[in-house]
Amino acid sequence: MGRYVLRRLLQMVPVFLGTTFLIYAMVWAVPGDPFEGKCGERDCPESYVSAMRDRFNLDDPLLVQYGKYLLNLLQGDFGLTSSGLQVADRIAATFPVTLKLALVALVVEAVIGITAGVVSGLRNRGFLDSLVLVSTLFLISIPVFVTGYVVQLVFGLQLGWISPTVTSPTVGSLIVPGFVLASLSMAYVARLSRASISENRRADYVRTALAKGLPPRRVVGVHLLRNSLIPVITFLGTDLGAFLGGAIVTEGIFNVPGVGGLVFRSILTKDGAMVTGVVTVLVLVYLLMTLLVDLLYAVLDPRIRYD
Amino acid sequence: MSRARLVPAALAVAVVAAGCGAAEEGPTGSNTEAGITIFNTEPENPLVPGNTTEVGGSRVLDPMFTGLVEYRSEDAQPANAMAESIETTDSKVFTVKIKQGWTFHDGTPVTAKSFVDAWNWTAYGPNATQGASFFSQIEGYDEVHPKDPDGADGPQEAPTPAVKEMSGLTVDGDHQFTITLSEPFSVFPVTVGYEVFAPLPEAFFEDREAFEANPIGNGPFKFVSRTVGTDIKLTRYDDYKGDDKPKFRDLTLKVYQSRESAYADLVSNNLDFMEELPPNALAGKKYETDLGDRVVQRETLNMQTIAFPFYQPPYDNVELRRAISMAINREEITQRIFEGTRKPADGWVHPLMKGYEPGQCGDYCSFDEAKAKEAFAKSGYTGEIVLLSNTDGGHQEWAEAVANSIKNTLGVEARFVPSTSFGEFRQKVNAHEMTGMYRAGWIADYPSIENWLTPLYRTGSSSNDGLYTNPAFDAKLAEADKAPSEEEAIGLYLEAERIMAPDMPVIPLWTQFTVGGKSDRLKVANLDPFRALDLESVEVA
Repeated sequence: MGRYVLRRLLQMVPVFLGTTFLIYAMVWAVPGDPFEGKCGERDCPESYVSAMRDRFNLDDPLLVQYGKYLLNLLQGDFGLTSSGLQVADRIAATFPVTLKLALVALVVEAVIGITAGVVSGLRNRGFLDSLVLVSTLFLISIPVFVTGYVVQLVFGLQLGWISPTVTSPTVGSLIVPGFVLASLSMAYVARLSRASISENRRADYVRTALAKGLPPRRVVGVHLLRNSLIPVITFLGTDLGAFLGGAIVTEGIFNVPGVGGLVFRSILTKDGAMVTGVVTVLVLVYLLMTLLVDLLYAVLDPRIRYD
Repeated sequence: MSRARLVPAALAVAVVAAGCGAAEEGPTGSNTEAGITIFNTEPENPLVPGNTTEVGGSRVLDPMFTGLVEYRSEDAQPANAMAESIETTDSKVFTVKIKQGWTFHDGTPVTAKSFVDAWNWTAYGPNATQGASFFSQIEGYDEVHPKDPDGADGPQEAPTPAVKEMSGLTVDGDHQFTITLSEPFSVFPVTVGYEVFAPLPEAFFEDREAFEANPIGNGPFKFVSRTVGTDIKLTRYDDYKGDDKPKFRDLTLKVYQSRESAYADLVSNNLDFMEELPPNALAGKKYETDLGDRVVQRETLNMQTIAFPFYQPPYDNVELRRAISMAINREEITQRIFEGTRKPADGWVHPLMKGYEPGQCGDYCSFDEAKAKEAFAKSGYTGEIVLLSNTDGGHQEWAEAVANSIKNTLGVEARFVPSTSFGEFRQKVNAHEMTGMYRAGWIADYPSIENWLTPLYRTGSSSNDGLYTNPAFDAKLAEADKAPSEEEAIGLYLEAERIMAPDMPVIPLWTQFTVGGKSDRLKVANLDPFRALDLESVEVA
């Protein structure tokens, strides 16, 4: 196990270098001068543009620029934005907010999705099964921004049950955006676990367990569920990564001051330092999440061993 | 109040009510101890006036600084604020007396030196400020801000200037200084209301970083705290000496991720003011049902135009330009596409400017099918007409309508060609690579007729992107610049506009009404002509 983890960690190094280089190259090589439009309708003074090009090493060849960036990164220095803010500080301020939002969404997704999946998977072709199938199909076909606006409009503006935007990012106030963020994946989780459960329901080990006279609750809860959850866990794990990076729409609608909005605004204002910094962190999160998921397999199914 | 904010205008505004403090009834029955929350976007620059030309930062700095003159919200005209008087006899040397007894928020006095030092600092090349070019008319600017030999993108550095101060600025005493320009410029006193001309306290020159974290101004509001990405809090400066004292205490500028989310807060009264509503609220006049009498609107200082690349045939053909202009049905497009929130333009100067004269464009700006066809026939051109625009600012709909209007009137193939991003579009405009006529727009830097002509149409000017040139027009502008008084200058600028009119260097399309909204809590909240909340007008119930 230890060796496996070490090997995986070492494999991350080239992946990390490759992805960050691609991001860096794409951010700084996008068409359009990064200082165009920075000074309103008129052009920026030359001295300002020169100073900024200096700060971001834009006059060096791309590889040298990237090398300098990486060297700073290894020392924990994410650099400054053009507004003079520490990129690291901004990440430290926004990341926990999005993490909270993503965890809320993950809990919603896992609890509701798995419950619905198990219930419908156990009663193949019953009323509950059809209900789950139809409602998940409905959820899958609506984009997140529609769900978000409808929830905000109906519950926030018309009924007044919730505040239309998030005033302070506490777990309680993030439940509604969390629901919206989770809605799509929730449907997938339900369908995934339903398929898995109904397939494993007829497996030999389930029949054996039932034949031994184990109570159905135990058969389903321990034997069946444990095996059936492997694809679901994979999905949930990568989904947490997706939530962290992809909360842009939800954060925008509910005004959550998280990473999604930060990346989005930085792209709009062509703040390359911020974009590369945040996306680098997101790459790391993705890599660690996939490792975590792989390790969880072994916990769920003892037959899977890494050595 | 500082409302010297004309330049960029990108996004809009809003507010969350943070009612606090013991309610004390003012003389008019308003709560003078209340706090209000208004919409903001995250400032893109360090909070220093000379280095801020974008909206998010200006909304913070405007209330914190008071310059020599401030623009009145009723008519956008400059009125003395910190200046006691600005006098000149030749439009070249200006003597400025400033009011006594004013202090910065840290208690230090505002003196002539506070202005001169701040201006010198902003203009000094190595400080690399965004606002430096606004000082280029002052004598000695070239010495403190030398040109980069191979342009900003080149590897060579601009030489370090030998001097740090412009020779055109001299301090004559604690409360008086003299400005000498390199060329006479009669409109100069109007320009100094712009925020980059704000004074700076000693503390700034001692420790710039500390100042950026905790800016100290001389305006009606002082800085309290900032949570990056969330909000900036200001509070009333009780020792403020100006006439524009606010009628409420605390001002929170809340950062929104999107204008749509701010609008939701505005509708539910969580936000007190937003200057410009998002497109989803404007569509079908949805805001009228959502907000009712909470809608705030007024005509503001921006103009939409179509510019011609004079370097690209056939757009150098004057008859063709006139034909195109007369083929555009401005009236119908402003009603159909903008539901009346735009007003057809009849000249190149904005109607809110002092001295504005209607109808300067003459027949060329009115829709006339017969005359358009006649001019088109005279031009001898028969090929297609191309209209280019970026689409990321809601420009697609009207650009298509304009192309259709031209097509139907002239019976010629007219096509709208979209460009994805504003940055990419501007880059092509600057590099003179436009392949057809293109969308342009102007928001005044300062409220003067001059600003609607010189930068845009004078030969070689900074924003004359289409490379229009007319010696008679240039000569008239030069004459106006030298005029001894503003009134005479205005007359000459109007003459210049008339000289330019038959050339149709760009097509004026329309000026704008900005639609904003306020919460129930605000009894009064007005927009100023620069698309910002007029803080002085705000009264809280």
